[in-house]
Amino acid sequence: MSFIAEHISVLMVMVPLMAAPFCVIVRHGAVSWGWATLVTLVSFGLSIVLMQHVLTNGTIVYDLGGWEGPWGIVYHIDEVGALVVLIVSAIAAIVMPYAKESIEREIPKERHYLAYCMMLLCIAGLIGMAVTGDAFNLFVFLEVSSLATYVLIALGNDRRALTAALRYLILGTVGATFYVIGLGMIYMMTGSLNMTDLAGLLPAVQNTGTVHVALAFIVVGFGLKLALFPLHVWLPNAYTFAPSAVTAFLAATATKVAVYALIRLIFTVFGDIDPLETYGVRPAVMVLAIAGMFAGSLVAIYQSNVKRLLAYSSVAQVGYMILGISIGNAPAMAGGIIHMFNHALMKGALFMALGCVFYVIGSVKLEDMAGLGKRMPLTAAAIVAGGFSLIGVPLTVGFISKFYLVEGALAAGMWPVALLIMLSSLLAVIYVWRVVEVMYFRSPAIGCENRTEAPMSLLVPTYILLGAAFWFGIDATFTGDVAMSAAQTLLGGSK
Amino acid sequence: MSSLNPGLILVIGAVLVPLLPQTLRRWYLLALPIIGFIQVHTLADGTSVTMDMLGMTLEVLRVDGLSRVWGYIFNIAAFLSMLFAWHDKDLMQQVSAPIYAGAAIGAVFAGDLVTLFVYWELTAISSVFLIWASRTERAYKTGMRYLLIQVGSGVILLAGVLLWYAKTGSIDFGKIGIGTLAGNLIFIAFGIKCAFPLLHNWLQDAYPEATVTGTVVLSAFTTKLAVYALARGFAGTEVLIYVGATMTAFPIFYAVIENDLRRVLAYSLNNQLGFMVVGIGIGTELSLNGTASHAFSHILYKALLFMSMGAVLYRTGTCKGSELGGLYKSMPWTTGFCIVGAASISAFPLFSGFVSKSMIMTAAAADHRWFVWGVLLFASAGVFHHSGIKIPYFAFFAHDSGKRVKEAPWNMLLAMAITAFLCIFIGVYPKALYDILPFPVDYVPYTTAHVITQLQLLMFSALAFTVLMLYKIYPPELKSTNLDTDWIYRKLLPCVLGWLGKVIRKTDRMIREEALSVLGDLTAMIERQHGDGAPISKTMQAGTMALIVLSILFLFLIVTLIA
Repeated sequence: MSFIAEHISVLMVMVPLMAAPFCVIVRHGAVSWGWATLVTLVSFGLSIVLMQHVLTNGTIVYDLGGWEGPWGIVYHIDEVGALVVLIVSAIAAIVMPYAKESIEREIPKERHYLAYCMMLLCIAGLIGMAVTGDAFNLFVFLEVSSLATYVLIALGNDRRALTAALRYLILGTVGATFYVIGLGMIYMMTGSLNMTDLAGLLPAVQNTGTVHVALAFIVVGFGLKLALFPLHVWLPNAYTFAPSAVTAFLAATATKVAVYALIRLIFTVFGDIDPLETYGVRPAVMVLAIAGMFAGSLVAIYQSNVKRLLAYSSVAQVGYMILGISIGNAPAMAGGIIHMFNHALMKGALFMALGCVFYVIGSVKLEDMAGLGKRMPLTAAAIVAGGFSLIGVPLTVGFISKFYLVEGALAAGMWPVALLIMLSSLLAVIYVWRVVEVMYFRSPAIGCENRTEAPMSLLVPTYILLGAAFWFGIDATFTGDVAMSAAQTLLGGSK
Repeated sequence: MSSLNPGLILVIGAVLVPLLPQTLRRWYLLALPIIGFIQVHTLADGTSVTMDMLGMTLEVLRVDGLSRVWGYIFNIAAFLSMLFAWHDKDLMQQVSAPIYAGAAIGAVFAGDLVTLFVYWELTAISSVFLIWASRTERAYKTGMRYLLIQVGSGVILLAGVLLWYAKTGSIDFGKIGIGTLAGNLIFIAFGIKCAFPLLHNWLQDAYPEATVTGTVVLSAFTTKLAVYALARGFAGTEVLIYVGATMTAFPIFYAVIENDLRRVLAYSLNNQLGFMVVGIGIGTELSLNGTASHAFSHILYKALLFMSMGAVLYRTGTCKGSELGGLYKSMPWTTGFCIVGAASISAFPLFSGFVSKSMIMTAAAADHRWFVWGVLLFASAGVFHHSGIKIPYFAFFAHDSGKRVKEAPWNMLLAMAITAFLCIFIGVYPKALYDILPFPVDYVPYTTAHVITQLQLLMFSALAFTVLMLYKIYPPELKSTNLDTDWIYRKLLPCVLGWLGKVIRKTDRMIREEALSVLGDLTAMIERQHGDGAPISKTMQAGTMALIVLSILFLFLIVTLIA
């Protein structure tokens, strides 16, 4: 046990990374699935241990291979990092059991093993991004997860999945490149890549044009990965055409980890400079976040493909997270962080429910979902419940995040922003209601009135995630405390 | 079990109703209030359960003498109305009735204002289904009006609670009192549900439109919940005495000229509430005891009267005084029970109304409020007139309408029999009721003075009715006695309101058309920009995407470099 406790941070990355090639070696769908499920469960267990460790003993600093920073690569895990690791591994552990039937329906048999292999790689990359304390290592893990994601999207059944994946590949690479360019400039000025080290070195050169430009590149680079409006253009197609299980996993984790990385960079690496204030980026970021909240929701209202509708709603939800970060006081920041966690729960559950729909009726078009309330009562109920969370109805997680955000906006004296948060929630009512109306108030097409529910292996994981979305909406002490103390630590660094 | 709010037994229990087969459902529905009653009985005084939510401490369960009385009677009323509705297979009512009753019970045991608000709204939302269950166009519209007012009361309550919290930092539901904005808002919210004069119209509007069984349920909870809330928050508030006195007096005039007998009962319900409100306003231990006991006995005899009228409606299909009469031949049992209810509401000695109403009258006298006492006395006579005589007389006696129907179903008769028994039992053995009152009772209802005063009152009232009937000046000519006020209500007001309405409708239409066209333009614009295939949502070429990325990078470069 002491070995695990000592090396837990590197194990978090190593377990899925080393496990992935096994799938390629056996080249067997079912075996790969069993293996991947086992690995994600182990990861999930480890992440709980990690969380407890961080909560009791504080931030973990781990020197990779015994090489101390700033020369060696250092893993640095604080409360937000541990929370993100927990999100990724928990979602993975829930999606994996779900993936089997869903992937069997949506991907040709000979490619199943590839899907599981890529999922494991993607998990490794995402967890790596969350635990690393080295800015270049962050790029490496970003690429690991991104490359795996491109493949996963391309596995989609629809032929448009290929072009969606290609577009994402191009844009994702542009984003990653921007980040490396920014990082290169910083390296040029400071000679270091270690995040804590950089934080100490940067203030000395903060007034150079190079560092200014570096920040712009970094923000835009990660803005792309986290789908900040209007850099979100890759996202809707990628989410729409990817296999259901993949969409559920990506929507719940990928953008959140990118948000986390951006928080890390702005508040730790650039922390002592307070770049939002000094470089005057705050208004720009805030305007884009609010524009995203509205544009994403408005477009979602007009979508006829529900998967696409939810993808656009993700763009809006990312807007809330970035808004929380850009307001920059503790409650708003905590709101942004909680929303990372909460949005993972609700969007994951919603996309999984849509996977159930696709499994049974072979479509996620709005018109094909007519009368779904009668045909698939459990799935339809799950979609409604998830929709409540998106709107932010009390007793759901969505309410908690918005509560913190509004509180933060009011505390910062930005009451128009608070008003805009409420207004954009109203838009969510509209797009959720459209789906509800079609499901419950239209009668099903002739010939498909029979009641056919998705199999239990799809429904149970969906409901577990949905249950969590209500559990943490009713009792938000855990998420609230972690996010609040994390926000205070992060902001403490910028003062 | 020891920490469960008794209201939740019915609310949660109701959710399971649709899962049960019809035969089991009836027994189950009867069992719920019994379990609830036992739960109320086992909870010790002073029990308090708190729960933390969003930084506020909610007291989801608080038991004391005041809430206990209401807990008992609400469960009894729920049981009786379930029994009365035994024959009804309408799922809508079978679910909404226990939720409604449970919400009212839950509200009575709520220790803080937020919990109270939640139950308060739940009573509004669940009860409207009892009106809609009539499934007529008229009932639907009435239901909407009812819902609007009830939810409105909830919204005002919420606003008051928020202000109250901001001012005092506490959401504890204790003495509130008027004089502050928060207190006044809460007062008005309670007042709406309590059917204060001018805020009362929803009651006479909605109750007679509900189903046969729905009215029985409705009559028991909403208004008495409001009485409880007033007693808890505004005991001893002077203005309540005058509000209450007005409430006792003014419905009498309407009740006398009204033809629909269920509507007559709705007016008399309003009048009875007045007595309770006066009791709260006086605010002494005796008067609060009077309010509690009057609420208790009132729920019983009012339910009994509504049940008997419901049975008549169920059998004959009408409740109009002009179309009924002579039913005692075909519905002798119902007639008997109705008379028991009428005797109780008129406060005949040995019936329940006597032992409770006289407490409030005595409290008013003990406080030397002779004018109020006089109004109450007049109102008592009026009650006897319209509820005690008019209801049974026109329904069961008067001129024979020739209707020959079957006696009410056995379950209705049984429900009425139990209720009637309780009415007489309390009247004969008031100690049973006095023992559960919030304050110790040293009041003796059966003194010579009390009995004789009451009997005189009743006899002369009966004499007046008889004389009026004999000389055939009842009821049409009676209108002439209050022509002036009547004219205001029926002629001047409609005329003024009609003119005002026309003006308002016109401006309203103009504003709405304008707003609609602006809104239409706006949605069209949004659709052009955000709809399918619009620039913002269409699938882009990779090159276009890259261009966007570059321009955003450019934006950030400019921002950071200028700074």
